[in-house]
Amino acid sequence: MNRDQPAPINRRSLLKLGLAAGGAALAARYSFAAPAAGPSRLVFIILRGALDGMSAVPPYADPDYARLRGELAIAAPGAGDGALALDGYFGLNPGLTFMHEAYGAHELLVLPAVATGYRERSHFDGQDVLESGVTQPHATQSGWLNRALVNLPAASRRGRESGVALAQNVPLVLRGSAEVASWSPSVLPDLDDDTMRRIADRYASDPLLARRLAEALATGGEVDQAPSQAMGGDVAGTAGTAGAAAMNPVVRSTAGRYIETVRTAAGFLRRDDGPAVAVFDTTGWDTHFNEGGAQGQLRTRLAVLDQSLRTLKETLGDVWGHTVVLLATEFGRTAAANGTRGTDHGTGSAAFLLGGAVAGGRVLADWPGLSARNLYQQRDLKPTLDLRSVMKSVLHEHLQIASGALDRDVFPDSSAAPYIAGLLRSNAA
Amino acid sequence: MSLDYSAAVAANRFGLGAKPGELDLIGADARGWLEAQLRGPAPVLPTSGLRPTADILSDAAVIRQQLQALRRATTGKPAAAPASPAADPASAEALAAVMRLPQLFRPIYIAEVQARLRNAVATERPWVERLVYFWSNHFAVSIDKLAVMGVAGSLEREAIRPHVLGNFRELLLAVEQHPAMLLYLDNQRSVGPNSQLAQRAARRDRTLGLNENLAREILELHTLGVDAGYTQADVTSFAKVLTGWSLGAGYGAGKMQDGASELFMFRPALHEPGAQTVFHHRYDQAEQAQGRAVLSDLALARPTARHIATKLARHFIADDPPPAAVARIAEAFERSGGDLPQVYRALFQSAEAWQTPLAKYKTPQDYLLSVYRGLQLPVADGPKSIAAFDVLGQRQFAPGSPAGWPDRSDDWDGASALMKRIEFADALAQRLGGTRAVAELGPQLLGATYSDETRVSLKRAASDGQALTLLLTAPEFLRR
Repeated sequence: MNRDQPAPINRRSLLKLGLAAGGAALAARYSFAAPAAGPSRLVFIILRGALDGMSAVPPYADPDYARLRGELAIAAPGAGDGALALDGYFGLNPGLTFMHEAYGAHELLVLPAVATGYRERSHFDGQDVLESGVTQPHATQSGWLNRALVNLPAASRRGRESGVALAQNVPLVLRGSAEVASWSPSVLPDLDDDTMRRIADRYASDPLLARRLAEALATGGEVDQAPSQAMGGDVAGTAGTAGAAAMNPVVRSTAGRYIETVRTAAGFLRRDDGPAVAVFDTTGWDTHFNEGGAQGQLRTRLAVLDQSLRTLKETLGDVWGHTVVLLATEFGRTAAANGTRGTDHGTGSAAFLLGGAVAGGRVLADWPGLSARNLYQQRDLKPTLDLRSVMKSVLHEHLQIASGALDRDVFPDSSAAPYIAGLLRSNAA
Repeated sequence: MSLDYSAAVAANRFGLGAKPGELDLIGADARGWLEAQLRGPAPVLPTSGLRPTADILSDAAVIRQQLQALRRATTGKPAAAPASPAADPASAEALAAVMRLPQLFRPIYIAEVQARLRNAVATERPWVERLVYFWSNHFAVSIDKLAVMGVAGSLEREAIRPHVLGNFRELLLAVEQHPAMLLYLDNQRSVGPNSQLAQRAARRDRTLGLNENLAREILELHTLGVDAGYTQADVTSFAKVLTGWSLGAGYGAGKMQDGASELFMFRPALHEPGAQTVFHHRYDQAEQAQGRAVLSDLALARPTARHIATKLARHFIADDPPPAAVARIAEAFERSGGDLPQVYRALFQSAEAWQTPLAKYKTPQDYLLSVYRGLQLPVADGPKSIAAFDVLGQRQFAPGSPAGWPDRSDDWDGASALMKRIEFADALAQRLGGTRAVAELGPQLLGATYSDETRVSLKRAASDGQALTLLLTAPEFLRR
C-alpha cells in the first residue's frame, strides 16, 4: 500500500464488510468499561535458529568457559574487545551496546540459562514447542500468545485486533481463534475503491478469505496513519566498523530493511488503539561455522538486533515505559566449540526481558556451571529456568491474564514451571 | 449434477496451473496425462547461459584467495580504526573486495531463476516440473547463506533434475555430494577427531573436529524424519562417517590434491577412521564407502518411506493428509526400493487426491507460476522479472532454513500476504489492460472449478482490466 496517502477505501470496504461498525462498538465498549486501562504492550521477538546464549551472554568468570570456547570465548570486561560488564560474572556480547545501556537503566533482565520443555535438538520441533507452549511438538495448531489473547481482559484491550505479526503470514505463536493481524511493508500500489469492493463481495462467501481481507484492510488503514520516518543512520555504521566490514552485503541490506520495518511497526504499536501484543521474527542464529566471538558473524547479527531494539524504544516514545519485550530462541548450542569454529545444536540458551516495564538491571541466574558433570548430557548448558515460567509471569503481571486461564489454556501441563514474582516493575502497568 | 474436476485438479494441483488449451488437452483422461509425463528421460532445463557448478566455484575460489591475501596484508597494521572507509584506501579496497562474491553470484542466481521460470511457463510436463520443485524444497538450500547463492540453481539442475524420475537412493547420493549442500550444511571442513589432519593439528596445538549440521539434517529432514527414534549418538556417529565429504580448492581443509576439481571430493585426511554405528547398523567400510553405505540404508529405511510419503501427500492431497493414502504411497516406496515413478503412481492413483478440488492454498510460488502460465507472460531479462517472488513472500531458493518452505495453508494465508497478492494481480491486470479475452480465460484456466459467482463478477466488471484482477484474485484461483 502507498503509505504516504490516506486510504479511505479501507474504511469504506470495512463498512461494506460490516466489520468497522463492530470494531467501533468493541472499542467503545472497552474504553468505557476500563477507564484505568494500562497501555501495556508485549513484544515477542523469536530468534529462530538457536541463539548461542553463551556468546550473547558470555559467562566469562566461569572457570570452564574459556577452555570450552577456545577462540570463540569472549574476554572479561576491560580487556580489548571484552564483554560489556553486567554483574561481575556474566557480560553481554560487545555487539549489544543498546541492551547494555538498557541494563544500566534497569530496563534489561538477563536470563542466561533457560529452555522450553523441549529436550531434543531439531530446530523445527524446537520452534514448534517454543511457539505452541505445549510440551510435545506438533500437538496443537494454535500458539500460546493467541490463547493468551483469547483470555485478555477487557482492560488490556484497545484496538480491534489485540495481536499483530510483523510478517506476511502469522507464525504459529499467534495462530488460533483470537483475531490477529499480520503486516509487512509493501511496494505495490493500492487498488481503487471499486475493485476492492468487488473483491470483498466475491470473498463474502469464503470464510477464510473474507476474514483475511478484513484483517488486511483494518491493519493497512492503521499502519497508513502510523508515523514513519526515513532511517537516519546507516545500520552497518551502528554495527561498528569491524562489523560493517565483516558483514555480507546481502545481510546488510536486509538488516536495513528489517530495522525500517521495526520502525513502522513500532509506530503502529504506539497508537492508543494499537495491538497489545506484537511478534517479530528474526532468523540466522544457526551458527555451525565461523561463528566468531567478540568479532565476527554472530556479533554482527547481534548488533543488527540491538539496533532494531534501539529503534523500537525510540519510536515507541512514552509507550516504552509500558512495554515488555521478550527475546527467546528454540534452544541453545553446544557448550564447547565444534570442529569448524562454530557450535552445534544444544539445550540451554539465554533469553531477555527488555523494556520500561521490566524490573531490570539484573541477571537472573541459577547458573549450573560448565564443568563436564554439570553439562546436560555432557555437552550442553543445562537449563535451570523454564521459559514458560517467564512467559506465564509476564502474561499474568503485564497483561493481567488470570492464572487459571494461563495454567489451563495457555500453558497446559506447565505445573513444573512456577510463576516468578518481581520480573516487572510493580507500578508500570 | 456431478462435475468432473479431474482435468482442473491435474493441471492446477499436480501441474503448475493450466495454460490456455491445457484442460482441453487433458480432456477426460487426467491420470493418463500424468502417467505420460512420467515416461521418457527426465526433462532438462534449457541451459544456454547457465554455468556448471565447477566453473562458478572456480571463479569464487579465485575471489576468496584475493580476499584472504588482502586480509593477510591488513593484519599486523596498527589497530587504530580509520574514521571512515573513504578516508582509508585499504579499507575501501576491503569493502569493494567483499562485494566481489555477491557481484559474481547475483547475476548467476538471477539467470537460474529466470531459466526455471521460462521453462515453467512453457513446459508440456508441468507435473514433472512440480516434482522437481518438490524435491528441491525437500533438499532445501537457502541463498541467505552467501556461499550458496551462486550454486542453488545448479544444485537443482545437476543433482535433482537428473534423478526426478529415477531412484530415491541415487537422488539422495547426488544431493549429499553436491557442493551446494556440503557448503550449506557446513560439512566441507568437518574433521574426524582422530583423523590424520586432526592429529597433525593437535601437534601444533590446534583443535579440529566435527560439525554435526549435515548429518543431523540428513536424518531429520532428508531421510528418516524427526520422530524416527534416532539419538544424539546416531547424529554424532553419522557426522564422523561423513567427515572427508568435502570439495576442491578454496573450500576444503588441508592441502589440495592434484587434479581435484571444485566438485565433490573425498578427503581421506579428514576422515574419522574406524567403524561407526548409525541407526542400529554397524558400518565398517573404509573411507567414502562408509558414507555411501549409510546413505543407501537410510534411503530405503521404513521411516524414510513414511516421511517422504507424508510430505508428498501433504503437497498433493491435503494439509493433513489422509492416513490411508500415506500408507499406500509409503508401501509403494518400500516395495519398489524407492523407485520414484512407482511412488508417484501410488500418489495420483489415490482417490483422495481427486476428491476435494481446491484443498490446497497456493504458495506464492504456486500462485505466480499459475499466473505466468495462465497468461503466458514473457520473462524479460534483468532482475525485475523475478522480483514478484520476493514481493509476494517466496524469494526463490531462499526458504531461510534447511527445512525448506512450509506446506500448509496456515503458513501462507496471512492477511498481509493476501493483500500483496491482490495488489500484484491488480497492478499486472492494469498493465495488461484489454489484451486478454478474460471471459474465455476463466474456464480455460479453472475448468470445472470455475464458479458461477466468479463468472458473474467477471461479467459485471467495469473493464477488462478489472475483470482480470477479479479472475486472478478469485478464491478458486488462489487455491489448487
